[in-house]
Amino acid sequence: MTTTHTYDALVVGGGGGGLRAAIELSERCRTAVLSKLYPTRSHTGAAQGGVCAALGNVEEDSPEWHAFDTVKGGDYLVDQPAALLMTEEAVEAIYQLERWGLPFNRTPDGRIDQRRFGGHTRNHGEAPVKRACYAADRTGHMILQTLYQQCVKRDVRFFNEFYCLDLLRDDAGVTVGIIAFELATGELHVFRAKAVVFATGGYGRMFRVTSNAHALTGDGPALVWRRGIPLEDMEMFQFHPTGLARLGVLLSEAARGEGGIVLNREGERFMERYAPTIKDLAPRDMVSRAIYQEIKEGRGGGPDGDWVYLDISHLDPTVIEEKLPDITEFARIYLKVEPLEEPVPIQPTAHYAMGGIPTDTDGRVVVGADEDVVPGLYAVGECACVSVHGANRLGTNSLLDLVVFGRRAGDDAASFVHDTDLATPSEHPEQPTLELLDGILGRTTGDNAGEIREELQDNMFDLAFVVRSDESLAKMQQILMSLRERYERVAITDKGARYNTDLMETVELGYLLDCADALVAGALVRTESRGAHFREDHPLRDDANWLKHTLAYRERDGSIRIEYKPVKMGPYVPMERKY
Amino acid sequence: MVTAADVLDASDQARPTIDTIPLTVRVRRFNPEVSEDSWWDEWTVRCDPLERLVEVLHQIKWHHDGTLSFRRSCAHGVCGSDAMLINGRNQLACKVLAQDVAPRVTIEPIRGLSVLKDLIVDMEPFMDGYRSILPYLINDSGEPEKERRQSPEDRHRYDDTTKCILCAACTTSCPVFWGDEGYVGPAAIVNAHRFIFDSRDEAGRERMKILSEKTGVFRCRTTFNCTDACPRGIEVTKAIQEVKRAILFERF
Repeated sequence: MTTTHTYDALVVGGGGGGLRAAIELSERCRTAVLSKLYPTRSHTGAAQGGVCAALGNVEEDSPEWHAFDTVKGGDYLVDQPAALLMTEEAVEAIYQLERWGLPFNRTPDGRIDQRRFGGHTRNHGEAPVKRACYAADRTGHMILQTLYQQCVKRDVRFFNEFYCLDLLRDDAGVTVGIIAFELATGELHVFRAKAVVFATGGYGRMFRVTSNAHALTGDGPALVWRRGIPLEDMEMFQFHPTGLARLGVLLSEAARGEGGIVLNREGERFMERYAPTIKDLAPRDMVSRAIYQEIKEGRGGGPDGDWVYLDISHLDPTVIEEKLPDITEFARIYLKVEPLEEPVPIQPTAHYAMGGIPTDTDGRVVVGADEDVVPGLYAVGECACVSVHGANRLGTNSLLDLVVFGRRAGDDAASFVHDTDLATPSEHPEQPTLELLDGILGRTTGDNAGEIREELQDNMFDLAFVVRSDESLAKMQQILMSLRERYERVAITDKGARYNTDLMETVELGYLLDCADALVAGALVRTESRGAHFREDHPLRDDANWLKHTLAYRERDGSIRIEYKPVKMGPYVPMERKY
Repeated sequence: MVTAADVLDASDQARPTIDTIPLTVRVRRFNPEVSEDSWWDEWTVRCDPLERLVEVLHQIKWHHDGTLSFRRSCAHGVCGSDAMLINGRNQLACKVLAQDVAPRVTIEPIRGLSVLKDLIVDMEPFMDGYRSILPYLINDSGEPEKERRQSPEDRHRYDDTTKCILCAACTTSCPVFWGDEGYVGPAAIVNAHRFIFDSRDEAGRERMKILSEKTGVFRCRTTFNCTDACPRGIEVTKAIQEVKRAILFERF
């Protein structure tokens, strides 16, 4: 049985990007938000350190300096007009959050306080600058709560614990709606709409060590990919240098912004050798690679020699209590380490997808090198690729991306639905979804999804992580093929309708396999090193051949076709990336 | 040249066997598609002593019984999905380690909300309570060009209650909430406190009026269960007392 609902606009995902778009949309058209979690449980809430904007509250700053840092941080794969736009609009976006009640930390004179963050500098790289607006080390929590509060105020319609399982487009490619699965009942719902905004987040769960929530399985990118839309720069995945050892739980870069340092087993502050100017505040890709190098040269600690250490024990305890309370608690709870007294074991952790669904600066999904707009389809946040993060996102720019492009996508979609008629879905649009679910539910014996997931995560961590090579990626591609064969035969034990999380996790595993396919395909052909993508067999950046975005298409026969599109340049000429 | 693979191989060879410990996990199950009554299931698994309980539940779900159902997402105590009654106390399963409860742990759904399946409860009555106290900043005095100013002291005044993640551990540990469906419960009051004591907000009186009704703050019997249960360390009972006092003396 299916129920049909009709709205002007649908937002899929209840994190920061989705909620920000919904605020904009709900004031102007009939809007619904579908979220597979209760929205306040979205992973935006786990973001810690801050959100950057050149307010200049503490030190002189300018949006243009912020744009430069964003482009350089992204190793010049950033579309420069988008970065200039984002950093310009950042200032008003932060004031807007404050006026909606976000409890930022304050300066003595009552303004929004700001602190240092990796890769953010004064006047094109001279020295670190205080640009990150923050609320202790729970900035993401405060943004998520504030945006949800504003949605409650506006009485936004939420469908909580509804999983989107298909994107509906008509023969002309116009967006018609989506199919969703109601977790509580197992019912399928058809949602018709003129505009659909995907805001489903990242896909870090394809790696064994990750800061990402279990829910981050690349749902939006995989769904649109299956419907013929390419994915952009999927090989660009950020590995954050300071994850709790073994667990990957994030320890914010704010720890280094407040003066924390990274040490090897010999107690050496090794970033002084890799980034002499800004040292521990170098961008994440560089610190993660430096850690890898230290480990490779035998200066890692821990039982396997694959840890280094984050030391904040020299900081004033009241600063830690006021500004870094949560991450201190994580170390105490999960590693039984007291950060006030001893260094905390860390290792790089899969953190953020720079790539995703290609969009323009209004959040509209665009296809191909000519950027043809898909009518009525939008994407924002981590699932999207504008591209403002290029090959390596700067810390704090993810939260900024959500509020700036969430607003812009909502605004554009609201205008779009005013000028557009509701298109009609085909008869029984839920049929492909039914077949997918019945296929999984129908098998009584078969492969175990848990084992496939673990093999995916272990191998992606070993073969497609901080350091990659032709050999490791080709091996991973073979493994992915065999994992997919096994996935086609997967059987689950829960056959019920009510809260069948067994079924949903198995669908999510399929999404992860798709995203891993695209990531590895892009990484294999990109024979250079740029930002987070480091190939030990091609260790240098190659602007002559690779200053371009990857577009990966899933063909009908299951193969992957790679195309490219140019990077939109601007005032910043690519130069060697030194800090 | 040493390759990534060499490093990883060396690392794998150096990896010592972790001493795992046995843990018997007893879970109260419920699924109306199977039975009208709840039942108990028990599994004994071996795990790393530092393994999070939520990952032990995953181990059971992914390798022993896929029908075991629970909510979870971030797995490090910030999303609030996996509040459960663990050995008689409301806790987040991702903040309890195997060594804290070994050799045996009993897990039940949080109380006072209808159980829908296994450890999953109906969150809607809880969210209704939250929505009832106007959980958003209200200030109709016009918007400044930049930010509203707030002194660090005024910001600090409501800091504790901004930490709430709506996990329901406090509300479902409250005996008054178990017995009285109308009571808004501690989490709603915590979120009202967050705005009542925010110097930028102008609707404190309105919220206090809502909370002075019979479903409101004076239902609280000060048992401190809520404070003990809060995984974010919020002094919930203190916040409730401050709201009570503000209502009685209109001092806020």
